[in-house]
Amino acid sequence: MDLRLSEPDRRFRDEVRRVVDAELDPATRSRMEAGRLPTKAQWVAWHRALARRGWSVPEWPKEHGGPGWDAVRRYLFRETLQAAPAPQPQQFGTQMVGPVLIAFGSEEQKRRFLPRIVGLEDWWCQGFSEPDAGSDLAGLRTTARLEGEHWVVTGQKTWTTLAHWADWMFALVRTDPKAAKPQAGIGFLLIDMRSPGITVRPILTIDGEHEVNEVFFDEVRVSVANMVGDPKRGWDCAKFLLAHERAGQARVGIAKERIRRLKRLAADARSPRGRLIDDASFRDRLAAIEVEVKALEITCLRVVACEARRGGEPRPDPASSLLKIRGSEILQALATLTLEAAGEAALAAPEEQPEPARNDPLSLPDWAARSAPLWMNWRKLSIYGGTNEIQRNIMAKAFLGL
Amino acid sequence: MDFELSEHQRLLRDSLSCLLRDRYGFDRRKAYARAPEGWSREVWHAFAALGLLALPFAEEDGGLGGGAVETMLVAEAFGESLVLEPWFATVVLGGGFLRHGASPDLRASLVPRLADGEVLLALAHAEPGATSAVAEVATRALRDGERWVVSGRKTLVLHGDVADHLVVTARVAGNPGEGQGLAAFLVPTNAAGLSRRVLRTNDGRRAADVVLEHVFVGERCVLGEPGAALGLIEQVQQEAIAALAAEAVGVMTLAHRLTVEHLKTRRQFGRPIGSFQVLQHRATDMLIALEEARSMAIYAAMSLAEPDAGERRRAFAAVKALIGRRGRFVAETAVQLHGGIGLTMDYAVSHCMARLVGIDAIFGNAAHHLACLADAGGLI
Repeated sequence: MDLRLSEPDRRFRDEVRRVVDAELDPATRSRMEAGRLPTKAQWVAWHRALARRGWSVPEWPKEHGGPGWDAVRRYLFRETLQAAPAPQPQQFGTQMVGPVLIAFGSEEQKRRFLPRIVGLEDWWCQGFSEPDAGSDLAGLRTTARLEGEHWVVTGQKTWTTLAHWADWMFALVRTDPKAAKPQAGIGFLLIDMRSPGITVRPILTIDGEHEVNEVFFDEVRVSVANMVGDPKRGWDCAKFLLAHERAGQARVGIAKERIRRLKRLAADARSPRGRLIDDASFRDRLAAIEVEVKALEITCLRVVACEARRGGEPRPDPASSLLKIRGSEILQALATLTLEAAGEAALAAPEEQPEPARNDPLSLPDWAARSAPLWMNWRKLSIYGGTNEIQRNIMAKAFLGL
Repeated sequence: MDFELSEHQRLLRDSLSCLLRDRYGFDRRKAYARAPEGWSREVWHAFAALGLLALPFAEEDGGLGGGAVETMLVAEAFGESLVLEPWFATVVLGGGFLRHGASPDLRASLVPRLADGEVLLALAHAEPGATSAVAEVATRALRDGERWVVSGRKTLVLHGDVADHLVVTARVAGNPGEGQGLAAFLVPTNAAGLSRRVLRTNDGRRAADVVLEHVFVGERCVLGEPGAALGLIEQVQQEAIAALAAEAVGVMTLAHRLTVEHLKTRRQFGRPIGSFQVLQHRATDMLIALEEARSMAIYAAMSLAEPDAGERRRAFAAVKALIGRRGRFVAETAVQLHGGIGLTMDYAVSHCMARLVGIDAIFGNAAHHLACLADAGGLI
């Protein structure tokens, strides 16, 4: 047993750090520091910078443009980006539809779509959830009716993250309404977002952000060439995708970055007992979270080391449910601590363009103004990608046989 | 990075689990616990025969040269069977002081007998009224020619009731709380001026209160450097925390396994209670806590090799804090999911709870170590 990284792996991590420091746009970084998504232009620019080094699809096999890293390097890469903080390669293409196409897609689909994912020439969005199909995804009702060489799609998707930026959607659609089981008769369909009959309507969340949308389909015609695999076996693709999505959800690097940041902020913030950083109750609570981050990190490394020994591309592992549950809970606890650190200043809404290093004693610090929106936004972490309750169901079944 | 066991380590784990399966079923454990000392000499000699008592000592001293991972495996297996024998006191604590602090001559005379199960050791460090801070030692040691004279009061000396020798920490200079001036001595329990009173611990073990009044200790029985033994005491305490963490993982494993079995077999409302989602989720949270604890036990074993003393101190504070909290969580959840049966003396789950609470308490509980970690600037 040995917890230390090998010398080549350490050098690899340093190289990733160096590239991030040299090439990440400071404006992108400061948006990430504020806990916001990058703008589309920022994200595309960064993704392409990674792509130029062959780093934009860490999990893919080499033949499709992957860098050929083992699980340890894939982990180090993602963690280093998180800790910077820098955006990850855009995930809808690289971690969701890409692996599905590699596993289930036709040769033509791979040729057509995979290279454009590597360079983020197509922005993908995920058409899974519907108003009546959330955790019970198999209850989805958007239909695709076969008419000659086209599937005709009618229905509605919701919570579609960044659909307003998307060129393409991968969607689950009901191809056989008379199938015996709800999971049967579902297809995995690739839909051009510029097709006639698609309407994208924003859903504004309480933090003031526009991340998610409703997407309506009214007799949208999609070529049969865009169906991935068997039109009645799309559920296999969905399960494959969801299991992949959960992998790497521990977000240890984000937690570390938030902790370092919170310590800096707490040196300036005040509590009734003096400086916040000197307040024993604050310090003990922060220390408790740091301990939990360490336990999560080692657990994550155990999963990663196991994967690295097995070799090859990532495979679904129910242990990733554990990582997702604890990763989300820890970030939410950090957001709570930051919110409390802000005190009354958490009431003020953030300004769109905060002055970088302003020393105006009359104005409230930007981090404090951001603390409430971030706290509210991060409630999503235990909801999306399979709620934490669904993750516990998965674990109870897989590990406990309950 | 590597989390795999070597062939040797796997062999150790398997033969140990075989021995415990044969000799340490819960009904047998009840019988061992009823003995006046609260454990079984016969089992102790079986441990000796398997080499468990010799394991961490260097081969030139009569040991087997095992490392942190071997100790982790033994502690975890002992935890899973709720083993009562004084392995922790004798091999981890007493043995730790011998390994790191004793002269070659003293090691040569004691280690082989300890390895054979003939000699029992205990650590007399904690004092009445002191906090868990390592340097809160008021017991005094004064030089008297070639000898030392030790006087003071010690408490919670685990297995001090049966030990043949005590490792006694004392102060040759300075005041309680100061890192400078600490020393450690090996004192036979039949020494003139040493008296003991037996205590019971809440987790079914024995301990002792010890009073030392002008106890003479020869130069040969000095452990480490008198006046500069803080590092030695900390090192043994860190090894002890690593062993406790692994033991806690074993105890939590047992508590979790019993709970999942209970959920599958106990029927209410016409079906197994494990079909209720709220109970499934709590059992899942126990599993998460167990895996976090396991990660920290591994982290502890690996951190023993960390060269930076400050870094090591922070790591062990983190380990003890997480083990304490997760241990108590698993214990209380196991009992809750069992209902009243989980509180009975007759059933193993209650003993898991008692031990996990005990493990939290030894060498500073979670609250103590969180405060230490926070004062040291945290981990990140």
